[in-house]
Amino acid sequence: MIKLTNEQLERYSRHIILSQVGGTGQKKILSSKVLIIGTGGLGSPAAMYLAAAGVGHIGLVDYDTVDLSNLQRQIIHQTCDVGRAKIESGRETINALNPDVQVHTYDEQVTAANIRDIIHDLDYDFIIDGTDNFPAKFLINDACVLMRKPFSHAGIIRFQGQTITYVPGESPCYRCVFNEPPPKDAVPTCRQAGVLGVMGGVIGTIQATEALKYILGVGELLTGYLLTYDALTMTFRKIRVPHNRRCKICGEQPTITELVDYEQPTCDFKR
Amino acid sequence: MNADEFLDITDVVCPMTFVKTKVALEDLDDGQILELRLNDGEPIQNLPRSLKDDGHKILELANNADGTFTIFVEKGGLT
Repeated sequence: MIKLTNEQLERYSRHIILSQVGGTGQKKILSSKVLIIGTGGLGSPAAMYLAAAGVGHIGLVDYDTVDLSNLQRQIIHQTCDVGRAKIESGRETINALNPDVQVHTYDEQVTAANIRDIIHDLDYDFIIDGTDNFPAKFLINDACVLMRKPFSHAGIIRFQGQTITYVPGESPCYRCVFNEPPPKDAVPTCRQAGVLGVMGGVIGTIQATEALKYILGVGELLTGYLLTYDALTMTFRKIRVPHNRRCKICGEQPTITELVDYEQPTCDFKR
Repeated sequence: MNADEFLDITDVVCPMTFVKTKVALEDLDDGQILELRLNDGEPIQNLPRSLKDDGHKILELANNADGTFTIFVEKGGLT
């Protein structure tokens, strides 16, 4: 069993004091592996809190470069990072925050062809969906269900956010609740959407919390419940969602047995 | 009294006194004994209480008359 160094005892002291964590729990965190898909509004705070917590291995998946318009909410990136690959900028922030963390980067968009390999790469313990589009969200759900991996789904738009946690064999999946990606004309274009920058902070931090609780094996996860957050009215709702027996991927007679790429609704808004 | 492990926490202050003691106790089995050297003042006032709250038993307390105390703690002795 690894011994915590004096520096680690001090860095993680506020964790170790907690009866649900202790030195034993902190060692679990230090040997855990979390994959974060998307280093944007949700992935940024999730990655930073998990790095601060000492998650031993953090995988970052993103193919994009940092844009000036990202900085209003994607706090892992700095002004000087504009134009750089998000995974590189993310790696630098995490390394500066906590040298205990090893960052693994995947410079690609998740697809039906590569997502299994990415999750298998380190055999990640928990996956965080920090993506901003429905094809990726359904792909992550389907991959996690087929590979029996727990994950946290989340989405944010305008002043609203939602999140749900999936644990194989224990909870309904994202598809149990939402079935299919919405029709293209129902999805707001990025011109229409907009998002208050802090939304990713609130919801992404809840995703990080779920990852830590899963690693530690403490508390009750957001399984079987969809949590919604409305920042304008400051209302959280925890909505019970049942397992869908007719779910196409985790129902009694699943029709999805292979991963598929849904078409991404096009966005003609020039950044 | 024979202890299974010895820990000196006179070089640290709250909350590291508790953190180091807690981690040292985690490495022991229930019933094993930790000998702890700690400073007078805040550590001796608070640490034994915190350890009792966590279910450990203070078996013996001695004033070393040099500004430090020695206590013997039985892991899980109160559970």
